[in-house]
Amino acid sequence: MSTQTRSMLLNVGPSHPAMHGVIRLIMELDGEKIKGVDVEIGYLHRAFEKMCETVTYTQCFPYTDRLNYVSPLINNVGFAMAVEKLLGIDIPERAKYIRVIMSEISRVTDHLTCIGASSMELGAMSVFLYLIKAREFLYELVEEITGARLTISYVRIGGVKADLTPGFTDRAFQKIAEVRKVLIEADKLLTRNRIFFDRMKNTGKISAEDVISHGITGPFLRGSGIAYDVRKANPYLIYDRLDFEVPTGTTGDNLDRYFVRMAEMEQSLRIIEQCFQQIPDGPIAGELTGEMLPAAEMVDRAKMGQTEGLLTDEVDLDPTLQGSTKKYYKGISADKKDVVLPPKEETYGNIEGLMNHFKLVMYGHGIRPPVGEVYFPVEGANGELGFYIVSDGRDQPWRVRVHPPCFPIMSALPKCLIGDQMADLVPTFGSVNMIAGELDR
Amino acid sequence: MTPLQRVQEKFSQDILETHAFRGDETVLIRPSVLGEVAKFLKTTPELDFNFLMDVTAVDYLFFAGGRIPKEFRFEVVYHFLSLKYNHRLRLKVAVDEKNPEVDTLTDLWASANWYEREVWDMFGIKFKGHPNLKRILMYEEFQGHALRKDYPFNKRQPLIGPQN
Repeated sequence: MSTQTRSMLLNVGPSHPAMHGVIRLIMELDGEKIKGVDVEIGYLHRAFEKMCETVTYTQCFPYTDRLNYVSPLINNVGFAMAVEKLLGIDIPERAKYIRVIMSEISRVTDHLTCIGASSMELGAMSVFLYLIKAREFLYELVEEITGARLTISYVRIGGVKADLTPGFTDRAFQKIAEVRKVLIEADKLLTRNRIFFDRMKNTGKISAEDVISHGITGPFLRGSGIAYDVRKANPYLIYDRLDFEVPTGTTGDNLDRYFVRMAEMEQSLRIIEQCFQQIPDGPIAGELTGEMLPAAEMVDRAKMGQTEGLLTDEVDLDPTLQGSTKKYYKGISADKKDVVLPPKEETYGNIEGLMNHFKLVMYGHGIRPPVGEVYFPVEGANGELGFYIVSDGRDQPWRVRVHPPCFPIMSALPKCLIGDQMADLVPTFGSVNMIAGELDR
Repeated sequence: MTPLQRVQEKFSQDILETHAFRGDETVLIRPSVLGEVAKFLKTTPELDFNFLMDVTAVDYLFFAGGRIPKEFRFEVVYHFLSLKYNHRLRLKVAVDEKNPEVDTLTDLWASANWYEREVWDMFGIKFKGHPNLKRILMYEEFQGHALRKDYPFNKRQPLIGPQN
């Protein structure tokens, strides 16, 4: 008796617990073996690029938050750097350090989420909880500085929104120590764990040639043994002053990518520590010798012409505007009146400051870069995150293109999966760390 | 010799424009030579652009900044990176509105496959020789190409479901 066999088509997703976000894989199976994969994306398309063309440069920041929603600060930094390159401006040292600190915190949170989620899918529930606990410590730091956990919109063109809070350094060191403890715990639970090891080793393998041909960057590229990192290759901000290593793997399987991510988190924590040692002092009190005035009173005095001594007075603001007074301003904002909003004392206290403020926020005015086009890459948590911006000289970008690091990885997913078992889909997909927000935009 | 100079030297006839605004070396070429230039970029040992980092397009309809030759509405923009030399080059291809079609680069870089699908999806620019040129972010039933400047940003097209 002869048996006929034919391959089976299996839909995984769009909403499946092991698919982080919405994505559909149409798999062709021969028994348990994967013979073909068709990847279908676009379920979370929100027209990021189109919407950016309809708003001003500053108003793009909330949209960038929602690209990679596990490390939104890096998106903010990337977009701001691209616009600054277009404008040709430089930002103060302190702002650069703050950007690096926040980017690295975000990188750690991203890697923690990736490793936590993929180990949970392999059954290691407690590791997930530990790592999310560590992520929570870091989110608390982010929350303290930016006032939000996810939709942060913290970076501004020409600087950042607010300075570091007093005593932040100590708290950050405390949290870093806690995170290190958790990482050691997770390492103990995972690295020598037979189940985890066997499921990660030799699954989701991809060769260095394929990785390069698909244009993949980040931990995926480094896991295949190529030490390319934008922070080393084209150092931006102050990365050239920092001492850190670029960890690489050898075989390009899931286990290597896990090791790369674990090692990268340690390097990021090292970077944060070095930044705190090098960061210039702030805030600068300068000529602020006068009294502390509530905002309303300052406005009233200025309106009535009682401007005597007003230039040296400080304004008492709502906490949401913290960092925009004169004291903090110099350390974190570029000295460019046509780009950065003036400090609040200027806005409230004199007509020039008020006009400057209005010229930047009024419809049809705002930041106007010269006609031109720039591409600026930063190292996102998943790889090179690049912003390509075309300006036609107006206050709205003509075209904003984001190069999402997930996109090429997803295009290479069939190469990783074909030949593996169906169950290997879960660790492989976990190590891709697909973020639908930036994949579909 | 920078990558831009090498390309200029080799393809001086078919280059419409070059610039290095803010240090980004850029070259704008005619669509007819795209395949040749791409091959030159990949195979010349001194250039060795093994990474096709990004492919996108820009619609210059009603562009206020001037600069682009009027007869071409679109530009397809390629960003190349060489891992070995760590240099980058932006290659732009001027595309006509009436016949928006350029050659595919999928045989040289695998990453071109999805990027070109996205450009087709968003701009309606065809890629000659592409193995699987279908929409990627939008659904098959979607009418028009969303990132074209004449597509209103607030236009709605609710997807009711496939028709049986």
